[in-house]
Amino acid sequence: MIVARDLCKRFDDFVAVDGVDFDVAPGESFGFLGPNGAGKTSTMRMIGCVSPPTSGTLTIFGLDPTADGPEIRGRIGVVPQSDQLDAELSVLDNLVVYGRFFDIPRAECRRRAADLLEFVQLTERRDDRVEPLSGGMKRRLTIARSLINEPNLMLLDEPTTGLDPQARHVLWDRLYRLKQRGVTLVLTTHYMDEAEQLCDRLVVMDRGHIVAEGSPRSLIEQHSTREVLELRFEVGCNEGRDGDLAGIGDRIETLPDRVLLYVHDGESALGEVHRRGHDPLGSLIRRSSLEDVFLRLTGRTLVD
Amino acid sequence: MTARSITTPRAVRVWESQFAVYRRIWLSNVLGAFVQPLVFLLGMGLGVGALIDEDPGSASILDGVSYLAFFAPALLATTAMFISVQSSLWETLDQFMWGNQYRAMVSTPLTAGDVAGGAALWHATRVGIAATGVAVVLLFFDETRTPALVPAIGAAILTGLAYALPLSAYSATRQDDHTFVLVIRLGLVPMFLFSGAFYPITELPGWLQSIVRLTPSWNGIELCRGWVLGTIDATESVFHLAYLTLFVVGGWIACRITFGRRLLP
Repeated sequence: MIVARDLCKRFDDFVAVDGVDFDVAPGESFGFLGPNGAGKTSTMRMIGCVSPPTSGTLTIFGLDPTADGPEIRGRIGVVPQSDQLDAELSVLDNLVVYGRFFDIPRAECRRRAADLLEFVQLTERRDDRVEPLSGGMKRRLTIARSLINEPNLMLLDEPTTGLDPQARHVLWDRLYRLKQRGVTLVLTTHYMDEAEQLCDRLVVMDRGHIVAEGSPRSLIEQHSTREVLELRFEVGCNEGRDGDLAGIGDRIETLPDRVLLYVHDGESALGEVHRRGHDPLGSLIRRSSLEDVFLRLTGRTLVD
Repeated sequence: MTARSITTPRAVRVWESQFAVYRRIWLSNVLGAFVQPLVFLLGMGLGVGALIDEDPGSASILDGVSYLAFFAPALLATTAMFISVQSSLWETLDQFMWGNQYRAMVSTPLTAGDVAGGAALWHATRVGIAATGVAVVLLFFDETRTPALVPAIGAAILTGLAYALPLSAYSATRQDDHTFVLVIRLGLVPMFLFSGAFYPITELPGWLQSIVRLTPSWNGIELCRGWVLGTIDATESVFHLAYLTLFVVGGWIACRITFGRRLLP
């Protein structure tokens, strides 16, 4: 459905996307994971045909985004990072006006809008203005709007950033239903739980490159251990234990507030820590998550 | 869905979305388009007019018409100018960066060129509504009650676009609205005061007259007044029309470029 080869995007002397390759198959849900500035949004904008690639090849539905932009855009649904709803219009009119951009007849727009409002649970708000809606409602309305042309590919740029947990779960549920209907989802996120919930397959991007690719499960297997043992010592006493604790796990990471041991078996690792004469104030054994993979691959330094 | 043989031109779809917002405020807008020139004309035309018309020398300067008849047709062009500014500065920038409506449009089959085209159609509509309001007011007065008001509305729309297109091309390059006030104070207001709306520009010093003749506002005012009062010949009309068209075409080309750069980086 989407094929990218050596895809690049440069702005003046800044390289946003630096030679990425990926394929998205029909019906798949595919994620771009990465810190801010990794090139996720630039990649999404190229797929959405609102930003021409600087070099490399990109095809969507077998079409060329530079030459066939209007046709491709007519077949995809876009949920941008910031809601671009028309605050002056009612909930229903937002859908109808947007549908008209696709030249869908007004009556048909209204019919589809009724179904979509039902789908995103906004039927009761149909005549209200957009302005007073909550963040979650606006996001749901944006999703409804992006579905007005009945797309079989949806692009979602950080779909749940800034929403409260309830709103995020409602949104995930709706996106999951779309996936069940066979809609291909392509999304960017920096939430690991979102990636694990929604993506069949994902790529981790960092500084314009793809640094890893696979299913959430396989990425954890490839780039982390089964479990992580977190140890907490008194303030200022975390440093300098690397030597003593060496060899207990595959990898050891000392942070200002805690020491992380990447191990296969957390219980036995903790036993070994005690045997070596260390007495942490607290300890936690947990399964490795995508977050560990993410931090391992993209580093812990703040990007912005 | 039934097969449709006729597709709506893409710029018209953009226009429809602007109209959808306007529909919510149309009544106050239309009333304003009518009431504002009426108040203005009564205030200026009757008040200042009474003073001027008493002076026996004024008739020769004003080509033998009353002050009200001299001033009223110019209001078609100056109203066009101010409506255009409103619609092409803040309202345009808003749709690029605060409301983001233009961004939403280009994620559909619409292109940046379609957005520019729809915006231009919308400016023309807004100016058309306002100029029609002025024309209706002009019907109240004997000296300006003429069928020529119809083409004069057209001249007002052309004048409006001569401002709206270059200014919306400019708005498309802005990241904030700090310079807009300057555009109005240093550009529009002087043009409004010096372009011969309130007095013939022959009253001005020669060097200033030459500058005034370069403004779209003076060309627009000459056209509207000339047509309504029947005081302009065909050659002059063609000249003013061509001059305004130059700004419209130049502004349109600029819009195509700046809208494209802004929306499809």
